[in-house]
Amino acid sequence: MSDFPHTPPRFSATFTPAVNAEIRRAAASGIYDIRGGGTKRHLPHFDDLLFLGASISRYPLEGYREKCATDVWLGTRHAKKPIHLDIPVTIAGMSFGALSGPAKEALGRGASEAGTSTTTGDGGMTEEERGHSKTLVYQYLPSRYGMNPDDLRRADAIEVVVGQGAKPGGGGMLLGQKISDRVAMMRNLPKGIDQRSACRHPDWTGPDDLEIKINELREITDWEKPIYVKIGGARPYYDTALAIKAGADVVVLDGMQGGTAATQDVFIEHVGMPILACIPQAVKALQDMGMHRKVQLIVSGGIRSGADVAKAMALGADAVAIGTAALIALGDNDPALEEEYQKLGSTAGAYDDWHEGRDPAGITTQDPELYKRFDPVLGGRRLKNYLKVMTLEAQTIARACGKNHLHNLEPEDLCALTMEAAAMARIPLAGTDWYPGKGGGM
Amino acid sequence: MQKFDLEAQGLRALNAALHALNGQTNETAWEVVNPKGSHSIAVGLDAPIELTVHGSTGYYCAGMNKQATIRVKGSAGPGLAENMMSGAVIVDGNASQYAGATGRGGLLVIKGDASSRCGVSMKGINIVVHGNIGHMSAFMAQSGNLVVLGDAGDALGDSLYEARLFVRGSVKSLGADCVEKEMRPEHLELLADLLKQGEAEHLAKPEEFKRYGSARNLYNFNIDNASAY
Amino acid sequence: MCGIVGLFLKDKSLEPQLGAMLTEMLITMTDRGPDSAGIAIYGGADDGAGKITVQSPQPEKDFADLDRELKDAIGKPVGMVIRSTHAVLEVPVDQVEAARSALAELRPGLKVMSVGDSLEIYKEVGLPKDVASRFELAKMRGTHGIGHTRMATESAVTTNGAHPFSTGSDQCLVHNGSLSNHSSLRRMLAHEGIYTETMNDTEVGAAYLTWRMKNGATLGEALEGTLEDLDGFFTFVVGTHDGFGVVRDPIACKPAVMAETDQYVAFGSEYRALVSLPGIDTARVWEPEPATVYFWNH
Repeated sequence: MSDFPHTPPRFSATFTPAVNAEIRRAAASGIYDIRGGGTKRHLPHFDDLLFLGASISRYPLEGYREKCATDVWLGTRHAKKPIHLDIPVTIAGMSFGALSGPAKEALGRGASEAGTSTTTGDGGMTEEERGHSKTLVYQYLPSRYGMNPDDLRRADAIEVVVGQGAKPGGGGMLLGQKISDRVAMMRNLPKGIDQRSACRHPDWTGPDDLEIKINELREITDWEKPIYVKIGGARPYYDTALAIKAGADVVVLDGMQGGTAATQDVFIEHVGMPILACIPQAVKALQDMGMHRKVQLIVSGGIRSGADVAKAMALGADAVAIGTAALIALGDNDPALEEEYQKLGSTAGAYDDWHEGRDPAGITTQDPELYKRFDPVLGGRRLKNYLKVMTLEAQTIARACGKNHLHNLEPEDLCALTMEAAAMARIPLAGTDWYPGKGGGM
Repeated sequence: MQKFDLEAQGLRALNAALHALNGQTNETAWEVVNPKGSHSIAVGLDAPIELTVHGSTGYYCAGMNKQATIRVKGSAGPGLAENMMSGAVIVDGNASQYAGATGRGGLLVIKGDASSRCGVSMKGINIVVHGNIGHMSAFMAQSGNLVVLGDAGDALGDSLYEARLFVRGSVKSLGADCVEKEMRPEHLELLADLLKQGEAEHLAKPEEFKRYGSARNLYNFNIDNASAY
Repeated sequence: MCGIVGLFLKDKSLEPQLGAMLTEMLITMTDRGPDSAGIAIYGGADDGAGKITVQSPQPEKDFADLDRELKDAIGKPVGMVIRSTHAVLEVPVDQVEAARSALAELRPGLKVMSVGDSLEIYKEVGLPKDVASRFELAKMRGTHGIGHTRMATESAVTTNGAHPFSTGSDQCLVHNGSLSNHSSLRRMLAHEGIYTETMNDTEVGAAYLTWRMKNGATLGEALEGTLEDLDGFFTFVVGTHDGFGVVRDPIACKPAVMAETDQYVAFGSEYRALVSLPGIDTARVWEPEPATVYFWNH
């Protein structure tokens, strides 16, 4: 009998080793897993879309000779001083606190050299970033850490943050390790405690109140600054429409691939929608209200390359924002630091414990010994290079589609590779004129 | 004395004229009439002027004030003196919800009652309320002082950080991590000064108040406090 | 997301001005709700006549001869006043149900806005000032009334999606906020035989009250029930035959201001809505407490 072959050990597809490890971790620690970054699960994304280049029916533009412009105006609806950027790739809001001062400086240097804007975050405006950013967007967040009218007046635009893609409907959590003396001072908090950020603004709720709040910010800044409203990708049709009704000049839409400094893993992985599904809904809202290209749409969440930029713009966005990609350009998760990532129990490319403040790259930390390792001039140069490459890539694609400006890319320049992407992006499956749900409602 | 008719001249003209004074040091007196509950009256000021609003105001009156002294001869709507930096705001009547929200400095005096969320997320402001305050007041309050001569509503000081709360009357309930604390001599001294600044020294004595503050149990996560999250 | 106004008169001498006062209050709330507007007005109660307010997208066609045809159908006298897209049909109080059935036969396309012996509801898409002028709201008299300006959140901007929503004979409701469990409630109510016509969250709130009262609850009890059974954010103002009530959810983020004098009780989403009322400078002005039902009766 014993000669019969054994049934080989078989792992459950439900209770995988990773799931079981998390159950053991929760049982031992009594706290949910907190981490930084965005969702790590597989999602339908821009990779599932392709461009239809020109040949006979359409004429392509000659590279290097025939111009393909990349500039973008933001905030043209109400602001006396709208923003003009050379390239449609902006740097998303990341807080001082989550990032070190030198990292903020590098973002400002790189973005300014590439002709684009940077954005503050949940922690106030620092001299590092104001000083090194030609165009700086000042976030107005539920926590109001460091909020003050002087910084409001010296910002180039104001971004009212209602939500973010990593955690639509959630607040923030910065663990005590990163509340250094300077962070604590800027946020009026005791040093070393866990900082909990509210999920709703303290002095308004809902779009009718938001309209009044936006008007207050305009009055304080004498109607000069564009007012952005940032929403997490959850119900983008309604939220875009309501941001417009409330008076936004620019809508910033962050899909679930968007990163965060620190929040619950369960939130990052289980709440929100991929950016691919968000953009068409937001564009539909803009079009239904006659506001497409009048109120600009900036999208973010998983933008990595010029192809992603071009695809987002073809779907109807006016510009994109990058966060995670910018940090990688600065040197985050670099395999050159593999030995140190191993010491932290991680590996280059997977490190996401940004909230613990022990980042060997010196970017997501407040430890002076660690952030001294990071050279903001070099980091800025790397970011500039990366932004330039993304722009060149997007131009290459746009020229191939016969466009003399990136903003002339349109959904009809795309086809979809998978049913999921076709349904979400409302782009016909390659070789057909059909996508699931075509002719349906919103 | 500058007199401004808000109904006739409009909000934009008022705030533009007041911002033209920003950074100047000559004190001037301003009167605003016909506010009729309008929003964003006298927001973003940054000059040591004296401004009196004759009537009731809407949302965000005196928002982000610096240096100016603003008096409202009426009641104020939601978000009164939100994120104030310095200066003073004195309201004769009641204030709606979010009075003094996120304020970082200066003095807010409400001679009537304040509604819910008075001093929400306050970051250094001093607030003196002659009457009562509503529910969720001083929610996530970080620093500064809230003095209430009357009663407090439900969930006072929920998720409190280092702000000090002084209440003379009853407290309907305390929020998570907010506890009554010992009133020490330095607190009595502080309170005497705040009552004086808040034009309330004739109305109450420091000894009549109780002090509330953070138990600091939520400062670092502990699973045994999970029900408070 | 919206603006609410309400006015309950104690002083009879103000009754001819009710429409004018409410109209002014309504228009000040335009910023809070530019998509559509509506008003519920209570007047002429206890005169033996019942009122059915109906709405049609094609009023010329639908209202032509409607009074005569309805009279023939029920065999009793019928009065009709046409105001733009709405018509108020007056029938003897004991004939209201018969008239409703006959109307469904005669003009299946008509929407019934309200039924009762004193309530009339007028609502349309558009700016509050335009809605007020097409119905000549300012000329209306009455004992009390409620108005609403809507900024649509998730459901369509249509006449039927506008507030007030009628919850039963002489009863109506308006809402500011956003409910978060209305889809489940809508299914539960449908199972109980109470159907809603739109995907609007407020209509579910109204239908909930109807359901509770149909099962024997008083309006006060039904309003108390909202605090248990409705999730999300709400300030409700309800109107009844002889009074009106207010309730806010326990979190109470959406604004609400009330004023009372010897002459009236008034409600506004903002104080701005109340500034033109007589004696407002000396009125008692306060904000309703969370999770507390308020009620005023004649």
